[in-house]
Amino acid sequence: MSNAIHLHYEVSGEDFTRAGEASGAVKKRLKSLGFNSDAIRRVAIAMYEAEINMVIHADGGYCDVDIYPDRIEILLADHGPGIADVDKAMQEGFSTAPDNVRNLGFGAGMGLPNIKKYTDEMRIETTIGVGTNLYLTVKVA
Amino acid sequence: MIVKDIINILEGDVICEGDLNQEIKTACGSDMMSDVLAFVKDQSVLLTGLVNPQVVRTAEMMDMACIVFVRGKDPDQSIITLAESRGITLMKTRYRMFTACGLLYTNGLSGGTKV
Repeated sequence: MSNAIHLHYEVSGEDFTRAGEASGAVKKRLKSLGFNSDAIRRVAIAMYEAEINMVIHADGGYCDVDIYPDRIEILLADHGPGIADVDKAMQEGFSTAPDNVRNLGFGAGMGLPNIKKYTDEMRIETTIGVGTNLYLTVKVA
Repeated sequence: MIVKDIINILEGDVICEGDLNQEIKTACGSDMMSDVLAFVKDQSVLLTGLVNPQVVRTAEMMDMACIVFVRGKDPDQSIITLAESRGITLMKTRYRMFTACGLLYTNGLSGGTKV
């Protein structure tokens, strides 16, 4: 485990325009480390959707990224309201996002389904009123 | 097709310039960024009526070379600055979404998928 590269990012909940900063930074780092473009894009998209979710629903949080030669592990943690029904949240089209988020191009209920689509492993730990931890793994082919 | 061809076909005004000789193989037209993120194809252009910085971030995550704002919409400086820092070409066209997509399609650009 000691050979992992560890990255940490705070995600601000106040500024929607900055959502994606962490994902962009990770994408850049993976590129400089020479990972293949498919793996980089899957990490970037999954992490970006999760970052957007954090800003929309949870007033921000943080991301921890561990980069191994054969996989990338990501934890996205927030102290938001938690997800009441994870199965429902996983359905395409189900959203609890407010209307103003839809005007920004998100909130169509595609976030978690997209994240699942692009990752090899996805695990959600959520407690109402406490927050959500989203664990993602992307394997490098 | 290269980015320059898209400028010509759509009679586009270039707002900021990335690599205009970059080859473009597919296109995606949407105002819903999560729908764009559900679509992964190489060397793509994004046509959208949505004007906010998340359009550029979406294109960045997807390795898209070029964004076309339809119906003559003007991005603000924060959007332009973000695109410049990512090397993404921004342009606007007076055409509406349907027409802009149709023009590119009839000139040989595909959606990259049959469905």
